[in-house]
Amino acid sequence: MIKLLEARNINKRFGGLTALSDVSLSINKGEIYGLIGPNGAGKTTFFNVLTGAYVPEEGEFVFNGSELPLGRPDRIVARGIARTFQNIRLFREMTALENVMAGRHIRTKTGLLGVLLQTAHTREEERLTTQRAYELLKYVGIERFAQTLSRNLSYGDQRRLEIARALATEPRLLALDEPAAGMNATETGHLRHLIETIRNDGVTVLLIEHHVKLIMGLCDRVAVLDFGKKIAEDAPGEVQRNQAVIDAYLGGAHHAR
Amino acid sequence: MNNLSQAIPFFGKRNPKLALIILLVLAFALPLVAAIFGRTWVRILDFAMLYILLAIGLNLVVGFAGLLDLGYIAFYAVGAYTWAFLASPQFGVHLPFWIVLPLGAAFAAVAGILLGFPTLRLRGDYLAIVTLGFGEIVRIFMNNLTHPVNITNGPQGIGQLDPLVIFGLEINRDLQITDTISINSLFLFYYVFLGAVALAVLLIKRLQVSRVGRAWAAIRDDELAAKAIGINTRNLKLLAFAMGATFGGVAGGLFSAFQGFVSPESFTLMESIAVLTMIVFGGMGNLAGVIVGALALACLPEVLRSIALPVQERLFGAVYLDPEILRMLLLSLAMIFMMLLKPEGLLPAQARYSRIEHLPGMKGSGQ
Ligand SMILES: Nc1ncnc2c1ncn2[C@@H]1O[C@H](COP(=O)(O)OP(=O)(O)O)[C@@H](O)[C@H]1O
Ligand SMILES: [Mg+2]
Repeated sequence: MIKLLEARNINKRFGGLTALSDVSLSINKGEIYGLIGPNGAGKTTFFNVLTGAYVPEEGEFVFNGSELPLGRPDRIVARGIARTFQNIRLFREMTALENVMAGRHIRTKTGLLGVLLQTAHTREEERLTTQRAYELLKYVGIERFAQTLSRNLSYGDQRRLEIARALATEPRLLALDEPAAGMNATETGHLRHLIETIRNDGVTVLLIEHHVKLIMGLCDRVAVLDFGKKIAEDAPGEVQRNQAVIDAYLGGAHHAR
Repeated sequence: MNNLSQAIPFFGKRNPKLALIILLVLAFALPLVAAIFGRTWVRILDFAMLYILLAIGLNLVVGFAGLLDLGYIAFYAVGAYTWAFLASPQFGVHLPFWIVLPLGAAFAAVAGILLGFPTLRLRGDYLAIVTLGFGEIVRIFMNNLTHPVNITNGPQGIGQLDPLVIFGLEINRDLQITDTISINSLFLFYYVFLGAVALAVLLIKRLQVSRVGRAWAAIRDDELAAKAIGINTRNLKLLAFAMGATFGGVAGGLFSAFQGFVSPESFTLMESIAVLTMIVFGGMGNLAGVIVGALALACLPEVLRSIALPVQERLFGAVYLDPEILRMLLLSLAMIFMMLLKPEGLLPAQARYSRIEHLPGMKGSGQ
């Protein structure tokens, strides 16, 4: 197994609160890796430090063989990590197509001069960007809404659009923060299918979810966070039998969904 | 321009070509119509064109990139004073326009970056306050850079600026065609400014539908998400400030040449607010709206003023409301009514950042 991401002793504090305490975990190339735990356990915070939105007080990430620059989202995306948000964050005044086109930013080159002079290269890149974005909309199954403002899409479609936008950055690792939240059973089924397709196409997936069935059905391995600490990391079946995990998470009220 | 022509009621959408032709004819004929009511109206149109340039530039910063800038007029000032320094007896330097205008634009761009750097982390109200302060600082500099060496001439301003000479044609002088027929300089300026506006529109349209334009819109809509897709928000914000300032700088240079005189009082906070009002009034983010807003708010107060002054004199025998106060009053009223009746502006933003005809099997603009 080849390691794609290794988190080493990540610590993140907010004032007196330790949101992540010495979290170490490693994700293999090509797997779907679940990150679960009760609300406030630090899952989203882990995404935030991984993608450079926050800087951890201690620890480092090794990605694809070399260390990640901490707190530099643009360079981290360029290295091949893309994410979605727990509370959907789309570009509201842009169409679905344009959202995905914006996602191509880091993989395209046109600069100011090229734009102002509309060089042949600029026009060609613009055309390719449009087409690539449209293909990605097709990939997640919402191409019929290409021309719809993203804020007018249904909830489930907005989640898909966010995934398409993240895929537009050509990630090696796609980090999804509760993608099934607020979805009905049919939508969740489609989502599960989509995540499997993404993995089969060679993208490693890091998945935060509360939806236990989805996690257990999809993931190769699962890590459990509780109060900022990793309390387990194992195959889904093993994690489900782990007493500490049952006490902290699976056994309690959180099982609701 | 397409956008603008499509804004024409009824056949704007149905027959875009015809609409565009009508628009061009209108743009060319406008000063001729205005001249029927007197030369001053052509002059007002000239200023309206400068306001359109300013509004287009400010809209890039506020409407596209979402950075509220209340000190925009400072860049206008930088462009204007560049002309005053480099094409006047002030320092005895007399450079041609094709050097002075780009230099003014470049200085304005640098000023834009200087403003951008300390404000990178600010948004909304906080950004507005800092930019407002910046605008005032620039104006106060223009007022006080007289000691130990006199640079700006202070409040008196700088006069006797060089005329605008394009290909040997002096725009500041009436063009003598035959002994009896001549074209007034005000008309010449109108067409020069119209050309500048057309160029600005072309460049803005290119920027809007581009990798850069989408990155700006992304930052405006959700900065965190923009970062999460790898957009270097710092560089792109600085670029927005610099590009917006460039338009202001060019407008400032043209303003100088047109007036033949600059002084700090042309660059007050009220002017910044007036330009911002124009883009909000017309429809922020939408080029057509911005142009219509600038044209309307540059001309409307003048129209009403030309009515209000005689009426005041007729009724009260004296002028109680000073024209400048009246202008601000009218701008404020326009804003209040707009916010009440149509908060999204005259022509709400339907700005697009992509070209759907790039997709195979897709023709036209879709919905
Ligand atoms: N920006 C922040 N400032 C202060 N506290 C935060 C911030 N982000 C997260 N936290 C806190 O860190 C803890 C972990 O939050 P989070 O990572 O969002 O949990 P989860 O995603 O597992 O539900 C919570 O107690 C939360 O209140
Ligand atoms: Mg969370």
